[in-house]
Amino acid sequence: MPGWTLGAILVAATVVAPVIALIVIAGQGSGDLWPQLVSYVLPSAAANTAILLLGVGLLTSVIGVGTAWLVATAKFPGRGFFDWALLLPLAIPTYILAYAYLDILHPLGPVQSLLRAVLGISDPRALHFPDIRSMGGVIFLLGFVLYPYVYLAARATFFMQSATALEAARTLGAGRFEIFFRVALPLARPAIVVGVTLALLEALNDIGATEFLGVRTLTIAIYSTWLNRSSLPGAAQISLFMLALVIALFLLERWARHDRVFSGSGKRTQPPAPVELRGQRAFGASVACALPLAIGFLAPFAYLADQAIRKVAEGAVSPMLVRETLNTLLYAGLATLVTLLLGLVVAFALRNERKGFASPASRVASLGYAIPGTVLAVGLLWPLANFDNAVDSLFRNAFGISTGLLISGSGAALILAYTIRFLAVSINGVEAGYAKISTSVDHAARSLGESAFGVLRRIHLPMLRPALGAAAILVFVDCMKELPATLMLRPFGVETLSTHIYAEAVRGTYEDGALAALLIVLAGLIPVVLLARISRNTQAPITS
Amino acid sequence: MKSRARHLVFAAALAAGAVSALPAQAQVVNVYTTREPRLIQPLFDLFTKETGIKVNSIFIEKGVAERVAAEGANSPADVLMAVDIGNVLDFVARGVTQPVQSKVLTEAIPANLRDKDGQWFALSLRARLFYVSKDRVKETALTYADLADPKWKGKVCIRSGQHPYNTALIAAYINHYGAEKAEAWLRGVKANLARKPAGGDREVARDILGGICDIGVGNSYYVGLMRGGKNEEQNKWGAAINVIFPTFPGGGTHVNISGASVTKNAPNKGNAIKLLEFLVSPEAQAAYAKVNHEYPVRPDVTPDPIIAALGPLKTDQIDLTAIAKNRKLAAELADKVGFDH
Repeated sequence: MPGWTLGAILVAATVVAPVIALIVIAGQGSGDLWPQLVSYVLPSAAANTAILLLGVGLLTSVIGVGTAWLVATAKFPGRGFFDWALLLPLAIPTYILAYAYLDILHPLGPVQSLLRAVLGISDPRALHFPDIRSMGGVIFLLGFVLYPYVYLAARATFFMQSATALEAARTLGAGRFEIFFRVALPLARPAIVVGVTLALLEALNDIGATEFLGVRTLTIAIYSTWLNRSSLPGAAQISLFMLALVIALFLLERWARHDRVFSGSGKRTQPPAPVELRGQRAFGASVACALPLAIGFLAPFAYLADQAIRKVAEGAVSPMLVRETLNTLLYAGLATLVTLLLGLVVAFALRNERKGFASPASRVASLGYAIPGTVLAVGLLWPLANFDNAVDSLFRNAFGISTGLLISGSGAALILAYTIRFLAVSINGVEAGYAKISTSVDHAARSLGESAFGVLRRIHLPMLRPALGAAAILVFVDCMKELPATLMLRPFGVETLSTHIYAEAVRGTYEDGALAALLIVLAGLIPVVLLARISRNTQAPITS
Repeated sequence: MKSRARHLVFAAALAAGAVSALPAQAQVVNVYTTREPRLIQPLFDLFTKETGIKVNSIFIEKGVAERVAAEGANSPADVLMAVDIGNVLDFVARGVTQPVQSKVLTEAIPANLRDKDGQWFALSLRARLFYVSKDRVKETALTYADLADPKWKGKVCIRSGQHPYNTALIAAYINHYGAEKAEAWLRGVKANLARKPAGGDREVARDILGGICDIGVGNSYYVGLMRGGKNEEQNKWGAAINVIFPTFPGGGTHVNISGASVTKNAPNKGNAIKLLEFLVSPEAQAAYAKVNHEYPVRPDVTPDPIIAALGPLKTDQIDLTAIAKNRKLAAELADKVGFDH
């Protein structure tokens, strides 16, 4: 077995460790819990989850694919700006979005106050405005903050689609809509599916927004089983059930497209020339791009900025913010580095050995993205603490020194949790990069006497740089936003911006966390703008 | 490459460890808490000032007991703090606490507010109250049962039925009326809801001001925090409501605790006990009342003026541990009636 495959298997084993811990915990038995869960909890939680995923899937697809198609194939006012700005909602954590919108859309908030002023209504009770604390509200918010995952994937594909196929369709008499639905969309499907999958897993794992807005999903059922019924085994069982559902969905999607080949000719031609839109259509395109940007980013950003400025004016700035910002950057940065390295190991093994263990190893290594943060944290606690305590007693017996909680008592546990959680993002990103490098390049290099590692170092790494950059940014931003695992695994004295915000939110004073929330968003902005540049510059795929 | 990768991982781990390293030799006590850190930090600062013992605290909302249990003998935790009797009893049930004998604690805390073996101690109290609209609600006295009265249809706001505060309230209801009546009550309250059960207790006051509902359930100290805080918006929320002390048969109001335990493997046990003893001292209890607007556990310390002005608190006489025993059933009932759906 090649060493790289062994490496990939080791990575997969690391990811699987918490899952095994969960299986062990689940095996402790949950007594008479299930009849009650099956009768009263799981049906509605599963239905809620299904509706949520369906809604978020539809909304992110429509927004993400629609705006990507406009930006990639049409010329309209603001196109150059929207091209990168449409990614900005990535910088806003869902829980912050939920807090912000509850305020913005509350009867006492700016939107309804303005509406009442315009309509000349004085009593808030006379204006019937839909409450954001509802399934519709959660789908709306998650759809508008998670669509960039779809946009990013679809845009890259639309830019790369060879003009030949599209022009062939046009010469055959297809209109613009027909080209989109019958040629471009089917060709882009695999990329769109990857984007929607990322968005759906984010929605599935969301605890901040869904809980705060009162939608009871399976993830929430896991928490209430664990905490209110004091049944960790029961919670572990629901987690595994949910994990099985996610895996089944993956398999279903793979099966659905099992015998189709979606790639083009492989030969690169000119990207299709953008169509110039005029008049109403140009205006319509600008509005269609401005709307998601306004809802998913500008409005919550303006809200946070306003709250933060008030806090600064009041002098209510926490002296800990600088340290918390540094911690956030440090931990997210280190975790990104590790995640990227491990992702590279897995993707490289996969490239070198398509048929063996590398492929299942890469699938297993991606599992972490489907495990809710707190559940992952519980799953990690036990293997890590057992490892630490074993090392400790070994050192005590051999040298009389106590090593204490080497990993679980230090930031290493947190970095490990981030890595396991977001490895899928890194593997996906590197694989997407590899897809653009023909294997004949590898063969040529090897036949000229280069080693496998040499190929990686001297050929792949330089060519992969944009893909690695894009993956690094996504992982980094995800780590910064991560909340549940951070809360549970961070060591003494380590507060990050997200734990700061949460602590305020628990007190019910989330506006006091506005400055920290703004800092997370700002720290996420720079990488997201970078990401837009990288993915723009890598439109030209590298082929033989 | 692989060994380099490993070195990097190791270096990363070391760097992260270095950042979190604790001051080594000084007198410390380590606290794992599910309480909002800003609420108790002032008390910790006071403790450090008086004793020179540094308090390291970490706020972990979910899974404190799990983390301590996993860390085992090497756990740095000395003291576990939580709100809600159920959460406190979970520490004991998980086997991560130890009995503490302290005359100071037993003399300061009434017997019904601590474990007879010293596995846990209540440090403060909070009552579960009704907030009602000043403009639209005339009632000045209500029972908990009244919340299910159809006359409140479409007018009730409350947080999730699975939140520990509500779980304890439902559990107390079961103690008084039995499971069947509690279920009927929950169905009645659900039928009266103006919006989905969500958010926190403050949102109840805000939604009353915003006209979404007329009556809701909230903890006593939030009234103090809203009315006494610097936030002008929240001052308005606090001003929009009247507070009613709802009652169970016998005329008592449901009360919950915040509490603390000393861990089984506490490396600084002496300091841990000192911290608990400090937290029930008249001085710290007065600070609890002033900063958090909670009711002191010491009968000889008076509540904060804003809280005292709400009226006298007559505590429900049912034992807290008896209420906690019905917690699981309460959570099940809330699910059964689909309270949160």
